[in-house]
Amino acid sequence: MAELLRLDGVGVRLGGREILRDVSFTIAPGEFTGLIGPNGAGKTTLLRVILGLQPVATGAMLLNGSVGYVPQKLAIEPDTPLRVRDVVGLGLDGHKLGIRLPSRARRERVNEMLTAVGAQRYANARIGELSGGEQQRVMIAHALIARPRLLLLDEPLANLDIASVGGIVSVLARLARAEGTAVLISAHDMNPLVPVMDTIVYVASGRAAVGSTDQVVQPEVLSRLYGQHVDVLRVHGRILVVAAEETGAVPADAEHVTAAG
Amino acid sequence: MFTGLMLNTWITATAVAVIAGVTGFFAVLRGSSFAAHAIPNGAFAGAAGASLLGLNPFAGLAAFSVAGALGIAGLGRRARHDVATALTFVMMLGLGALFVSWSTEYAQQAYSLLFGEVFGVAADEVLPIVALGAASIAAIAVMFRPLMLSSALPEVAEARGVSARRMELAFLLVMALATSMTVPVVGALLMFSLMIGPAAAARSVTARPLAAIGLAVGIALVTVWTGIVASYQTNWPLGFFVGVLGGVFFLFGRAYGAGRRRMAVRTAAA
Ligand SMILES: Nc1ncnc2c1ncn2[C@@H]1O[C@H](COP(=O)(O)OP(=O)(O)O)[C@@H](O)[C@H]1O
Ligand SMILES: [Mg+2]
Repeated sequence: MAELLRLDGVGVRLGGREILRDVSFTIAPGEFTGLIGPNGAGKTTLLRVILGLQPVATGAMLLNGSVGYVPQKLAIEPDTPLRVRDVVGLGLDGHKLGIRLPSRARRERVNEMLTAVGAQRYANARIGELSGGEQQRVMIAHALIARPRLLLLDEPLANLDIASVGGIVSVLARLARAEGTAVLISAHDMNPLVPVMDTIVYVASGRAAVGSTDQVVQPEVLSRLYGQHVDVLRVHGRILVVAAEETGAVPADAEHVTAAG
Repeated sequence: MFTGLMLNTWITATAVAVIAGVTGFFAVLRGSSFAAHAIPNGAFAGAAGASLLGLNPFAGLAAFSVAGALGIAGLGRRARHDVATALTFVMMLGLGALFVSWSTEYAQQAYSLLFGEVFGVAADEVLPIVALGAASIAAIAVMFRPLMLSSALPEVAEARGVSARRMELAFLLVMALATSMTVPVVGALLMFSLMIGPAAAARSVTARPLAAIGLAVGIALVTVWTGIVASYQTNWPLGFFVGVLGGVFFLFGRAYGAGRRRMAVRTAAA
């Protein structure tokens, strides 16, 4: 099969604790996959496994192509002397030794990527002075300029206003379709991704349920995953995962509402 | 003012300013100002030890600045960056205190290692300093892009196979290399001021990385050249002028940066 990524029974231990157990899924070229789960479920850990930064305790990971990565949040000071176009340019060859001479082709490729993510307006601004949503767009351009086969994004939608969330999801969906890049995006709220996801990998209690949104986001499937009874409510076109009892296993944040009493 | 011994002074001071501007840019970018302080200042213990053993103080400086770089990078794997730097620094200072107490005629030499002897540069010291400066700048040029990536976006760099730990070690070693030759001439304190002041001022002024490096070198050059003239005329120590000029340039840079931002807000609002 022409799959890009295969995880086979992956288990991860951190500090003597089992963080993930028996996680298996595949990603095909051009596929859009959501890695969904509450905070602390192990989403970042799983992305680090795929990046080769986190060794697995059990199972195996097979990657069949180059990977681009957008980290959760930049820790960069506002006065750092690095412009948006410099950051995108570093995506092309930032890991290589030696000096590179500026070229027209290179400049045009950077401009092309800036336009693709809608960041050309602030191309000459300092990266540290931008808002979170603007930085996400720049980092997506940085990751995609080297044309990876698979793009990993760690919670790019967290702490963004609604307009920025919509903008980034549509940029990603468009780029994935246009360039055939597979996307694996983590989020604790699945709702903005439901219209564009081909596959959902739902992690909770150290395990993962995999399938289409309709297959996975079901009370029986998620109850088994969480190890307690949960309901799935569909309200005003939004999906809410609700725990019957307040045990702490299902987090009570805006997206995973816990019923009172 | 431009003959004989003074010519050596001008050449070495110029080389030192170029080295300080380039390495200082990355020290500030990486938040390694404290290491830029600790390596040259801790290295003086090496010179003290070498003179105690009757060895060339350059050898002691080189050994201790490299040991300092290794210590900071090694401890940094287990502790916070600033704590690792502080621990390494106090260990070197402690050894320095011990060596100085054992030696009888060391006080004068220790003074010149801290504050420099820029007006007494011997002819045979010029070439090694210029050569070492060229070597450290060549090293930075070779690792320019991964160093930039790792300094600004360490997580992304790791994901692309640029190890933050290895970049840290490589950069600290370059700083140690630069330090071991420049400290006997300009002194540890001066080397530190020349690394941090100009680089911090430059980054407030321009957002372009290469322009910021160029500007840091330019400010460092103006600082030492002005300092040499002023010190020559007044007989006041060069360190005084370099320190004061560093502060003045930094405040200028900050004021310029604040003004630029206010202009940008006004343009956006209009
Ligand atoms: N270095 C570590 N040592 C021990 N536990 C860790 C380490 N890193 C993360 N964890 C734990 O692993 C779990 C999963 O973390 P993470 O992958 O960051 O979750 P998510 O990204 O889904 O919020 C959390 O319970 C976290 O406390
Ligand atoms: Mg996370």
